[in-house]
Amino acid sequence: MSGTERQTKYDVIVVGGGPAGLAAALEAKETGAEKVLILERNHELGGILNQCIHNGFGLHHFKEELTGPEYAGRFISRLPGSGIEVMADTMVLEITPDKTVHAMNSRDGYMQLTASAIVLTMGCRERTRGAIAIPGDRPAGIFTAGAAQLYVNVEGYMVGRRVLILGSGDIGLIMARRMTLEGAKVLGCVELMPYSNGLNRNIVQCLNDYNIPLYLSHTITNIQGDKRVEKVTVSKVDENRRPIPGTEMEFECDTVLLSVGLIPENELSRQAGIRMDRRTNGPEVYENMETSIPGVFASGNVVHVHDLVDFVTAESQRAGKAAALFALHGETPPGEEILVENGACVNYTVPQKIRPENVGKFVEIFFRVNFVYRDVVIRVTSGEEVLASYKREHMAPGEMEKIVLPKALLEKARDGKIRVSVEKEAQAE
Amino acid sequence: MKELICIVCPKGCHLKVDEENGYAVTGNSCPRGAVYGKKELVNPTRVLTSTVKVTGGTLKRVSVKTDGDIPKSQLFPAMEALENVEMKAPVSIGDVVLENFLGLGVNLVATKTVPLREE
Ligand SMILES: Cc1cc2nc3c(=O)[nH]c(=O)nc-3n(C[C@H](O)[C@H](O)[C@H](O)COP(=O)(O)OP(=O)(O)OC[C@H]3O[C@@H](n4cnc5c(N)ncnc54)[C@H](O)[C@@H]3O)c2cc1C
Ligand code: SF4
Repeated sequence: MSGTERQTKYDVIVVGGGPAGLAAALEAKETGAEKVLILERNHELGGILNQCIHNGFGLHHFKEELTGPEYAGRFISRLPGSGIEVMADTMVLEITPDKTVHAMNSRDGYMQLTASAIVLTMGCRERTRGAIAIPGDRPAGIFTAGAAQLYVNVEGYMVGRRVLILGSGDIGLIMARRMTLEGAKVLGCVELMPYSNGLNRNIVQCLNDYNIPLYLSHTITNIQGDKRVEKVTVSKVDENRRPIPGTEMEFECDTVLLSVGLIPENELSRQAGIRMDRRTNGPEVYENMETSIPGVFASGNVVHVHDLVDFVTAESQRAGKAAALFALHGETPPGEEILVENGACVNYTVPQKIRPENVGKFVEIFFRVNFVYRDVVIRVTSGEEVLASYKREHMAPGEMEKIVLPKALLEKARDGKIRVSVEKEAQAE
Repeated sequence: MKELICIVCPKGCHLKVDEENGYAVTGNSCPRGAVYGKKELVNPTRVLTSTVKVTGGTLKRVSVKTDGDIPKSQLFPAMEALENVEMKAPVSIGDVVLENFLGLGVNLVATKTVPLREE
């Protein structure tokens, strides 16, 4: 085995070199961690941003609108001279609770690296389950929207000419526009739910701009084709999401793109025995993004699916800083823990647990609601007491929500629990 | 009165634009929404992002954008113009691919760094 002369002990090892990994590594270094390493399985850093060539990134963080590769470039350009080591084309195979990282590449072969702290930033992958549930033939021409994005934007290869899109998540919407500009005819975007999961701005500038119809409360009920997709049947669904007979529409097309959601990529986390949250499909985390294994942190899409990369960056800076502090000063002493519970209308929260001693002036809580709501109030309660209320005009599952809790409020928590819920404004006060 | 969704930032404010009153905008949470609301009715524009061919680099395509908005009606002509554009690696973010693109007063710039391919 080669690589014996390579230094194998690091302060902080970051697994994954997307925006989350880049921000975590840079922050860890700035906080004082000496030896920081990024491991990335792809040949280049930047993660999913490399294929997101559209603009709309960075309005919060950089106060300007960047494309995905430009956003990643802002961080990648800070690496040379920073002292951060990068190993690209390197696949992480396993991490263990004693913080050994097993990795492999064609240059060094199999490696065992040890770290004082680890940050997991593996991102997420696309759901394909929607495809399995669709009746009909299994011809060629069915892609996930992200795979199509990679083919078109990175390889420069058109995946089809007449396209139907299933699911109205942002990737599907972005691809509707992209395929149209590249000369394809996009016949429609079919969404099972009565609302879109994508950002409003993407409905406007990706569908409406090109007169692409959005079929809400509809689904694909049949795909026909011999070798390649030829015809797709779309039906309206009832309130239980069951197709309504007699509402069938037929579309002649050669391509179906699936944009039916993303799932955090957590094989490594599960193997390591990190406690997972069934609601997010990501690790449970504390206020500083630490997982159930002390010294192992996680941030970005591997924890919960983000729509805005700026939130990924902010969360990852928190993780990187905490990882460096762990490497420098060791474990957080055990203390009080507050569990954050989901109340009405709330699907999940991140963090799931808060250690008040670790909180500076305030703690940020991210969450998603389970439906579209207007004129509501977000309530943070403990027992019978309302600790804080925040008004919102509009909330939707496709838009991640953030509230900021001052530390003083955490001290009022009873029985180590607080609850986040959403109520109609009329009921409040 | 026309109702629009502002696309300037992810917040997506619901705007009302009064065409009869100098395109006065209401419903915007920030001044950029007022600018957008008027422009969207008078002369709608968009930033175009796409890719062009690159030779000799570690990648086959390099992503590009117009460094300002162009009229919506020019999006398809612009896409056509990109078909024959070819760059040579190395390319850096911000490199000008085409100056005064189609005479629209904006430049087409690279949005990705593509290093030379090592043989
Ligand atoms: C199509 C699309 C459009 C989007 N549009 C916008 C937008 O307009 N505006 C906006 O603000 N946000 C947008 N987002 C959201 C934002 O880009 C993502 O939330 C963000 O990129 C997630 O960053 P990440 O680092 O967590 O994950 P990723 O970018 O996925 O990075 C994870 C990295 O980890 C690596 N990795 C995984 N497993 C291993 C392993 N075992 N070993 C080594 N490396 C590994 C992967 O190769 C990858 O490079 C969009 C996202 C998508 C998918
Ligand atoms: S009005 Fe301002 S805050 Fe609202 S969507 Fe437009 S840019 Fe964003």
